[in-house]
Amino acid sequence: MTDKNYLAARGYNAVFLRALKSIALLRESIFGMIGAALILFWVVIAIFAPIIAPHPPNATIHPFALPGVTGPNGEFFLLGTDMIGRDILSRIIWGSRTVLLYAPAATLTAYVVGITMGLAAGYLRGWADDILSRISDIILSFPVLVLYILIIATLGSSGINIIIAVTFASAPGIMRIVRGLVLDLRNRDYVAAAQTRGENAWYIMLVEILPNARGPLIVDACLRLGYVIITIGVLGFLGLGLPPPDPDWGGMINETRSMALAFPHMTVIPCIAISSLILGFNLLADGLREISLRD
Amino acid sequence: MLIFVGKRIGFMILTMVVVSMLLFLLLEITPGNVAVKVLGPYSSEEQRNLWLEAHGYFEPFYLRYFTWLANFATGNFGDSIRFKVPVADVLWPRLGNTAILGIATFAVMIPLSLFLGVLAGMREGSKLDRSISLISIITTSIPEFASAVFISAVLVFWLNLLPGTSTMSDGFDILQIILPALVLVIYDFGYVTRMTRASMAEVMTTQYIRTAILKGLPYHRVVIRHAMRNALIAPFTVIMLQINWLLSGVIVVEFFFAYKGFGALLLEASLNQDIYLIEACAMVAVFVAVATQTIADIGYTFLNPRIRFG
Amino acid sequence: MKTDAPLLEIKNLCLSYFTRAGEVPAVIDFSLSMKAGECVGLVGESGCGKSTVAMGIMRYMGNNGDIVGGTVHYKGRDMAALSRQKLRKLRGAEIAIVYQEPMAALNPSLTIETQLIEVPMYHEGISATEARRRAIEILEDVRLPDAELMLSKYPHQLSGGQQQRIVIAMALLSNPSLLLLDEPTTALDVTVEAGIVSLIAELSKKYGTALLYISHNLGLILKVCDRVCVMYSGEVIEQGSITEVFNAPRHPYTHSLFDCIPLPGANKTTRPLVPIRGQLPLTHERPKGCNFGPRCDHYQPGLCNRDNIPLEPIDGDHLGRCMRWQDIRWSKKESAAQTAPPAPVGKKVLHVDNIQKYYPVHDRSIGAVISGKGVRYVKANETLTFSARRQETVAIVGESGCGKSTFAKVLMGLETATNGNIYFNGDEIARKSVQKRTARQLSSLQMIFQNPDDTLNPSISVGGHIARVIRKFGVETEPVKIEERVNQLLDLVKLPREFASRRPRQLSGGQKQRVGIARAFAGNPAMVVADEPISALDVSVQAAVAELLMDIQRKQGTTLLFISHDLSVVRYLADRVIVMYLGKIMESGTTSEIFSPPYHPYTEALLSAIPIADPNIKKRHIVLEGAPPSVLETPEGCPFHTRCPRKLGTICERDAPPVQRLSEEHSISCHIPLEDLNRFEAVIQSVS
Repeated sequence: MTDKNYLAARGYNAVFLRALKSIALLRESIFGMIGAALILFWVVIAIFAPIIAPHPPNATIHPFALPGVTGPNGEFFLLGTDMIGRDILSRIIWGSRTVLLYAPAATLTAYVVGITMGLAAGYLRGWADDILSRISDIILSFPVLVLYILIIATLGSSGINIIIAVTFASAPGIMRIVRGLVLDLRNRDYVAAAQTRGENAWYIMLVEILPNARGPLIVDACLRLGYVIITIGVLGFLGLGLPPPDPDWGGMINETRSMALAFPHMTVIPCIAISSLILGFNLLADGLREISLRD
Repeated sequence: MLIFVGKRIGFMILTMVVVSMLLFLLLEITPGNVAVKVLGPYSSEEQRNLWLEAHGYFEPFYLRYFTWLANFATGNFGDSIRFKVPVADVLWPRLGNTAILGIATFAVMIPLSLFLGVLAGMREGSKLDRSISLISIITTSIPEFASAVFISAVLVFWLNLLPGTSTMSDGFDILQIILPALVLVIYDFGYVTRMTRASMAEVMTTQYIRTAILKGLPYHRVVIRHAMRNALIAPFTVIMLQINWLLSGVIVVEFFFAYKGFGALLLEASLNQDIYLIEACAMVAVFVAVATQTIADIGYTFLNPRIRFG
Repeated sequence: MKTDAPLLEIKNLCLSYFTRAGEVPAVIDFSLSMKAGECVGLVGESGCGKSTVAMGIMRYMGNNGDIVGGTVHYKGRDMAALSRQKLRKLRGAEIAIVYQEPMAALNPSLTIETQLIEVPMYHEGISATEARRRAIEILEDVRLPDAELMLSKYPHQLSGGQQQRIVIAMALLSNPSLLLLDEPTTALDVTVEAGIVSLIAELSKKYGTALLYISHNLGLILKVCDRVCVMYSGEVIEQGSITEVFNAPRHPYTHSLFDCIPLPGANKTTRPLVPIRGQLPLTHERPKGCNFGPRCDHYQPGLCNRDNIPLEPIDGDHLGRCMRWQDIRWSKKESAAQTAPPAPVGKKVLHVDNIQKYYPVHDRSIGAVISGKGVRYVKANETLTFSARRQETVAIVGESGCGKSTFAKVLMGLETATNGNIYFNGDEIARKSVQKRTARQLSSLQMIFQNPDDTLNPSISVGGHIARVIRKFGVETEPVKIEERVNQLLDLVKLPREFASRRPRQLSGGQKQRVGIARAFAGNPAMVVADEPISALDVSVQAAVAELLMDIQRKQGTTLLFISHDLSVVRYLADRVIVMYLGKIMESGTTSEIFSPPYHPYTEALLSAIPIADPNIKKRHIVLEGAPPSVLETPEGCPFHTRCPRKLGTICERDAPPVQRLSEEHSISCHIPLEDLNRFEAVIQSVS
């Protein structure tokens, strides 16, 4: 089987089969399984939000309803309503969409930038490494939240700006990890073999080195998704997230915490929601790491 | 070794300078904006120009930058728009408050995480290890604002044990430190525990530990003298970097509990576009971050005999 | 004091590991009886379980290993019944162990003193000062000078040989009765190894310690041991005294093992090595009956695949595990290996002219900058000059730090030379890095690498590796033709065609190396540089891969530049040999010229150091003292003068030695005048 034929004919099939095999591998780690289940739960909810949510998320119906209470016109509030009258269950369901849209998008762009920088710094070395490392050192010397606040305060809060802020703040960390992996892998004999064939630098970086770094990177991606979700939550909590009235779990928590003495459900329920999603990613990351260590 | 320290400190200074340039660029590049922010949106063109003239904003850019830098280095941070007092008067006390919170947090967190991490790493895969790991994962999955909510719900509203806010309006009250510190400890100890555990577990599988065991040494000597010496090098660096993390972590906690600390100050400054305050806070935050990173680097080199003795 | 009660008595020991995939038996039915002061060798290849035996004796098998059958009695006590406390007292004080990698075995954060004195302090309860005195004594015993200075150092500040001496000292401090040595010299250079091995033998006699010497190298076992056990895939298949087993092996595996090691009598054209076909069985895929059956030429179905073949006496203490030992007649004449006529040597393909490669090392300490010596040079290659002709096999031999790998990098274009020229097929390539060379230059000069685990990209299939080279060098462009060529190459390296779709991790070490060879030859190169291509393989596989290389070279007419530290293999394979030391060429000539006097003193020491697994061969014993100097401070004059046993005097320290031409091919770089060189005795004096 020639190289190109093999890939083309079996390319997608191969990837799909390997993905299935990896999922089957997960069975070896309880933590990983629970994590994957939690994530899947929220993904399903996010996808089917329009169908599942009983009420429109921003409709003010019946304020201060406790969980399980029925409203005056027979509407049932499984998780109660907030002080303006919006159904908490629906807001949680729609809020999952926000999180699961922006977090992966932001993480993905951060990875694309970080991987490119890391490959260039680790493989090409020289001035590329010097400059990129200095830049990333400087960015990483900011306490993370301080950086976010500065960026959002300057650029204004919107979805795109959050993605930009996350990319800017996360890419240096990813670059460091990728650079470390590349520095180790570039000494392998198969890289030397590729060099003596006269392969160009980008071929070596993308075909010889990057695929062999995917183990640690996948684990890091899961963890980082967790961090990004926390960040989005914190920004929402501090009032720097997406502008209202879009349901945003962090924002929900902040808005309702003054009511916590009398109506704890308004603020505790979104806390549970966001914690469970983050827990899912952390457990999955731990499970993947365990599996990759056993290999 | 001395050269190494010198290089690191030099780099630290370089970083500070670059950051200061970036900050200055970001915030003060358009004099017009500055004037609007200081005098308010309702000020007239003429008022703004007068103010700009008086504060040297019509000078060339680089001159403005160096004057600002010189002022900054001598402690003159300008005046806060929001608080109407010199920035320094607001900044230092708040920084001190945050330091107190930080010390309270670390005093609990460091011994706790090192102890749990070593225990977990000593016997990797054991029930104790799995439980400690699980607890660590769970606690790092709950964002600070969420754990603040949970803890408040239990300790403040339900059990009525502690005050719900920490404004310290009647002078220092140790009870008011407990909740913010507790939230910080809960969130952070998980990370340090896991790093310590990973380091310890890795050391326990090395060949030199096998040598120590097969020399017939008692187990406690193997763990304490042989393993921990090597295993604690990495956590030391991690702990130093947690000071950096602390500056981020306190923002949410101080905001939640209305604690008059540095984090809350930075947040308020950003939300209110209080330029000089933002600059000062950011520079101080970066300084602390870079200083701790430098100390961590130097410490790591010092603790690792391979590097220290060439 | 030698009593007759056995010191160590192992009966039918079975050790297994328990993984998620089930029970994996590592050692099956191992029996051994050792008396005090005896030296027994344990020989076998990877996966045979010899290291597991050592760990089993110490009862240190980790969380997932255990004794599942049989007994181990030490001085009459059952090891399996000992409490943790008693076991701890035994370890280090009665039974001690020396490991394969000395750097990894020492704690990097503790001084040598701490690591040495804690042994007697904890076992005998003596004070620290007393322990220190004992440590200094033993450092003198292991011949480490400056004992006081040594105690204050950290492990990474010592050389490999010094570290291993420390580990040996640490093991002997509390006077154990039994010393286990698990491949103690595998990680060391040949000349250092010779010193350590003679030290071990000497100390064993002095202290009366019994030795269990574990190795894959039959020559080393011959040097140290009185008795030997040969293991294969978890079982002992032959056991007896050294003379019995080495002179008249009765098990087909042992016999084949001797046939596939390059002993001095072997010759690639007239008496080639006889490789053992197949590979070592995986621990969970052992065949029914005799483990060696599938690879054995004397296999008889019905007889050899019966369960539980016992270890029977062949002749007194000489035991063997073979159903057919009585029937097989071992003839002394040449076996049915293919002999091939020597290939004709063509015109010059490679000419290396005064190559110099220096690496700058920047010393940024204040002292260096002030004194102006801010940059020092690692003189990796200095004035290398030689040539290679078509279809010739030229070997470059030397120990670590001699610069042979650096030269390979310069030749391949992974580095550029600081000075000098390399002419390859007429083109000058010394200063052309890989990026600057033409496609033709690249495709006609390819490389085979040392480590089979690193030589292939784990994410690409076997076929993918080979196809990429074919396409890159434009040998074929149509997919069908490329696939055909891939299959041809797989045939060439004797791998089944369906391996094309496999991933590297599904292959064994030897198979991966064959793919590496197929990849190197895919572009029809004029010259192939092989950097230690078989050093990392098992002994029984080395012969097969070496023969494969020779075979392909004959078929394709390629020039082979064979880099190695293993002089036995070099003597077997090479037509011409170049001996390097610290970046310079000490001696070069045809193989027969190099391996017979006159020698360069370094060549002489190297030849004396190689372990030879033939008890009938007598060698002169030359041991080099000290370690090779650091590459940053190559000595003035002759680089070898710091260790040379034949040093003339200050002339060796001052002046670079002249290159003396002894014949058209043979040159020696030494100050010793020619008449004296001619009077050297041969190192190897064969008796048979």
